[in-house]
Amino acid sequence: MEYFVQQLINGLALGSIYGLIAIGYTMVYGIIGMINFAHGDIFMVGAFGALIVIVGLGAVGFGGAGVLIILALLAAMLIAAVYGWALERVAYRPLRGSFRLAALISAIGMSIFLQNFVQLSQGARVKPLQPMVEGGFVVMEKGNFAVTLSYLQIIIVVTTVVLMAGFSLLIAKTPIGRTQRACEQDMKMASLLGLDVNRTISLTFVMGAALAAVAGMMFLLYYGVIDFFIGFLVGIKAFTAAVLGGIGSLPGAMLGGLLIGLIETFWSGYFTVEYKDVAAFAILVLVLIFRPTGLLGRPEVEKV
Amino acid sequence: MAPIDYPQQAKESLLAGIVALALTVPMMGLRTTSGQDGMVIDIRMGDAALTTLGVAVGHFVISLIRQALQQRSPKETKTEKSARLKSVAIWIGWASFAFALTLPVTLNLTENLGLHDKTRYYLDIGILVLTYVMLGWGLNIVVGLAGLLDLGYVAFYAVGAYSYALIAAHFGWSYWVCLPLAGLFAAFFGVILGFPVLRLRGDYLAIVTLGFGEIVRVVLLNWYQFTGGPDGLSRIPRPDFFGLPFKRSSSEGETFHQFFGLDYSSIHRIIFLYYLIFILALITNAFTLRIRKLPVGRAWEALREDEIACRSLGLNPTNTKLTAFAIGAMFGGFAGAFFATRQGFISPESFTFIESAVILAIVVLGGMGSQIGVVIAAAVLIGGTEMFRGLEEFRMLAFGMAMVAIMVWKPRGLLANREPTVKLHGDKEAKP
Repeated sequence: MEYFVQQLINGLALGSIYGLIAIGYTMVYGIIGMINFAHGDIFMVGAFGALIVIVGLGAVGFGGAGVLIILALLAAMLIAAVYGWALERVAYRPLRGSFRLAALISAIGMSIFLQNFVQLSQGARVKPLQPMVEGGFVVMEKGNFAVTLSYLQIIIVVTTVVLMAGFSLLIAKTPIGRTQRACEQDMKMASLLGLDVNRTISLTFVMGAALAAVAGMMFLLYYGVIDFFIGFLVGIKAFTAAVLGGIGSLPGAMLGGLLIGLIETFWSGYFTVEYKDVAAFAILVLVLIFRPTGLLGRPEVEKV
Repeated sequence: MAPIDYPQQAKESLLAGIVALALTVPMMGLRTTSGQDGMVIDIRMGDAALTTLGVAVGHFVISLIRQALQQRSPKETKTEKSARLKSVAIWIGWASFAFALTLPVTLNLTENLGLHDKTRYYLDIGILVLTYVMLGWGLNIVVGLAGLLDLGYVAFYAVGAYSYALIAAHFGWSYWVCLPLAGLFAAFFGVILGFPVLRLRGDYLAIVTLGFGEIVRVVLLNWYQFTGGPDGLSRIPRPDFFGLPFKRSSSEGETFHQFFGLDYSSIHRIIFLYYLIFILALITNAFTLRIRKLPVGRAWEALREDEIACRSLGLNPTNTKLTAFAIGAMFGGFAGAFFATRQGFISPESFTFIESAVILAIVVLGGMGSQIGVVIAAAVLIGGTEMFRGLEEFRMLAFGMAMVAIMVWKPRGLLANREPTVKLHGDKEAKP
């Protein structure tokens, strides 16, 4: 039981990270109907942005872990947002309305580019970071096995919940969200009604990138090491989460993220660590076969 | 046509530069390195400034060139362009065929004339390019003809390579027996993997195939007893020339150079491998060209154009897609078997997602469905990056950039050719 609870806590923290990235996939898919293949790499750029700021501010003797984390978070979001914007501008906008595969290929190209760019500019070695948030509660104790809920896990889950809530409000209530939903439903009609479709799509990429940067920062704090290649696997898993929850649906992305995080943690906890990636992919395949619209997705109507 | 508005251009380039500055200052200007106690920042603003300048100037020059080109060239009609492209494609096709056929001879002659001394190196590049041409042609059946987006093609390549290596090592059968077996195994895998997933479409199919590619790699990596795990399989038997081994001497009879009365040279084996992959690739091509004219090939193209129409006309989409998947996988398996025998060593390292992406990029950049386009794209991407070996670290960077640039420049690929093989009203233009 104690082991189970511990895995549950770990899974929720990991799942929150996946969920944040999955939102970016789901939003971009919702608005332009394409997988943003380079989203995982934007997550990686965000993690690096956070690392640079933490190390940089630490070097000039900036004290206080709390303020440092908040500053790094904002800076990482900003950096990733600029990257997200540039990604859309360079790899997606010129190809909008043209043939679908073209955009996918240019996104894959962008993903390769970003990985190698970071590898060149930041070095290929893994980047370790000293733990910044230590300690936690002991939830329950039995014998010599204590179930702990670390402060960092609380921070991760709380940040995710707050961001999710804020984000849902943004989509549901503000003019920005309305424009976005309008473009999602019918881009041509939206532009006929005077909405700036280009700006809305850019904004979608920017928001997705900012959320991915938050996830990147959390990943950096949680695992303590990052390298230029983390974006690929995490990106795929987050995409799986988006599909599992039903692509295009925001609560679905969050739910899918949590499920993937839990499945992965329980799989590594109870079966084998080596095959944990296989578990995630197998889930993806099974979901797509038996419920292609995902758990919370709307069924797609086939039109001639 | 309006004249070029230089101030406007300059303004846009300046903006591009500012964005580049925002992108590069944190990522390039501040490099995190491991210091004595923890991480430290290494400031290198010079690199960032240089890149920014490069982006701004590059943006300016490219947009000027684009505008100049737009003003100069008169617009061709679509039919004229397609006819011109077709004749160009045929010329390029025959020229590259002749070039590839005579490459070993030409290299040998020019080396004897003292023009270069790297015959082996160039032949190795040739083999590499031809391997990718073959993989591209194999994937072209799946992506170009049947319109199924497969991001896990490397799984079949891996299955072919591993089944060749395992069969050849365990049973000691000759290359010519193992090669078809490897292809069959890969095709079998294609059917097994394809059966549950082929009802999905578009991007979903892409992601699921990607997932399968990764599953195969992870299994290869962890099934230690069988595949050797991360160490891979080594000492894979080399191919022989119909029973004549390429060795200096053999205890079991004559070797290749003794039989033909030549002096021993290690280049013989390379030349043999070159022609082997050349022929394998040509078989793939001939097969594709023929099967396009058969009912199943037509069904693929029809399915690509409109699945719903096909279903209402009584085609079974699953079976049709499955054949495309299996045949594509089979050629991937052949290429994998060739790869294993050429390298003599395989490990899961060689079968990462990036390989799938490269193969798919070759197909799409060449122009889906175009056989010549695959050749050109493979030569440009693989040969081109191979030529820049000296700039090792910038190779993949340039590769990614080239993928984006070619797609933005020509979204339908270098030689776009998606005309159906048959049309009802021949004179009308086919719907893109």
